[in-house]
Amino acid sequence: MDPKWQLFLDSLGPLALGAITATIPLALISMALGLVIALLMALMRISKNRVVSSIARIYISIIRGTPLLVQLFVIFYGMPSVGLVIDPWPSAIIAFSLNIGGYAAEIIRAAILSVPQGQWEAGYTLGMSRTRTLYRLILPQATRVAVPPLSNSFISLVKDTSLASTILVTEMFRKAQEITASTYEFLLLYCEAAAIYWVICLVLSALQNSVEGRLEKYVAK
Amino acid sequence: MSPSNSPLLAVSGLHKAFGANQVLKGIDFTVHSGEVLALIGPSGSGKTTALRCLNGLEIADAGSVGFAGGPEVSFSPGMKPKSAQILRNRSAMVFQGHHLFPHLTVLQNVSIGPIEVQKRPKDQVLAEAKKLLARVGLEAKADAYPNSLSGGQQQRVGIVRALMQQPDLLLFDEPTSALDPELVGEVLTVIKELAQEGWSMVLVTHELAFARDVADTVVFMDGGVVVESGPAAQVLGAPANPRTRSFVQRLLHPF
Repeated sequence: MDPKWQLFLDSLGPLALGAITATIPLALISMALGLVIALLMALMRISKNRVVSSIARIYISIIRGTPLLVQLFVIFYGMPSVGLVIDPWPSAIIAFSLNIGGYAAEIIRAAILSVPQGQWEAGYTLGMSRTRTLYRLILPQATRVAVPPLSNSFISLVKDTSLASTILVTEMFRKAQEITASTYEFLLLYCEAAAIYWVICLVLSALQNSVEGRLEKYVAK
Repeated sequence: MSPSNSPLLAVSGLHKAFGANQVLKGIDFTVHSGEVLALIGPSGSGKTTALRCLNGLEIADAGSVGFAGGPEVSFSPGMKPKSAQILRNRSAMVFQGHHLFPHLTVLQNVSIGPIEVQKRPKDQVLAEAKKLLARVGLEAKADAYPNSLSGGQQQRVGIVRALMQQPDLLLFDEPTSALDPELVGEVLTVIKELAQEGWSMVLVTHELAFARDVADTVVFMDGGVVVESGPAAQVLGAPANPRTRSFVQRLLHPF
């Protein structure tokens, strides 16, 4: 068998292992935590309290105004200078969660604002509190609007987890780098890693379509 | 209707400004139990704003809204919207744009308030909801989503949702203005039946012929004040004020 083909097949196992044990869990955990941060920031942002909305505005501005790679480095390499040593994995999760939190906050805010004011008022006249109106009436409708852009963010995040390789997290891309260190087959290994990222994103796109379809059920045909 | 002496609802001295625009300049009226009061007037006269104050959706700058047996809310500038929420225990609103919840079925739309807010027993609420939906001819639509209904059907669901609150007073904000003309009748028929059953209501409407038919009292507003009020037959049939006269003539005899 062609040795390159053999290397390709031999590398599939380690790369897939990297994806399953690091890339995918890193993305899932960071997305879940990031959405919690994002919902909180979105609600703070639409708050009538100026101080509260300013805090969210500044947070979002910093996250969106600085590179993710720099954010990773500040947390992993920078924090030890102030006595805060964080392991690679937690560092990566913190950085990715905060990053998603900033971007998704704007998506969720826009989705909440896209629900007509009359829906809030109808909830209020039924005697609902602001919080109950939000959770029972507004967020379910906002979700339908938010799913496509949030899927976008998630797909970006899956690929951005490759940056964790720079802070010693052995995710899929770092696995590929390790194999090239002994084989010097850069093109082959990096293209192979790229192909696996692509396959993961294809699966996610299909999932997005099915979620969107489920959320469309109440929309008039 | 034979109104008792103490009114169900007393509105007094309502003032409201949006920025420099003084929308309400002192509105007073009362609604007795079983009375149907129609608020009429040209666009921008403040009638919808007045109606929204009755439900605490709008916080007036001054004045008060009080129900027999409480609550009574005295408005003041900068008052917390929460303080007016208690008004919602006594009245229920039917909106111009119905504002049904598109992600919930018809049955869920009309029962979510009683089940989740009023904490009434679920079986009882659902049974009552089905009964009321049947009353307005929509029993077959209980499991449909609002967007699959016609405008007239949606508004009838809106009315059932308000009835399910078991309010003492029904508030209608131009319930037929957003409907295609051929759908107006089915909604007005339901409102008329409710009036005949003795429901107390405040109805903001442009349908003067309908107001003449079902309202006991008509309040004509213009420029943020009550220009004329009294028995429907009198205000709509023989208006005393020239502004009322020209408005009524324009709407009852447009050509």
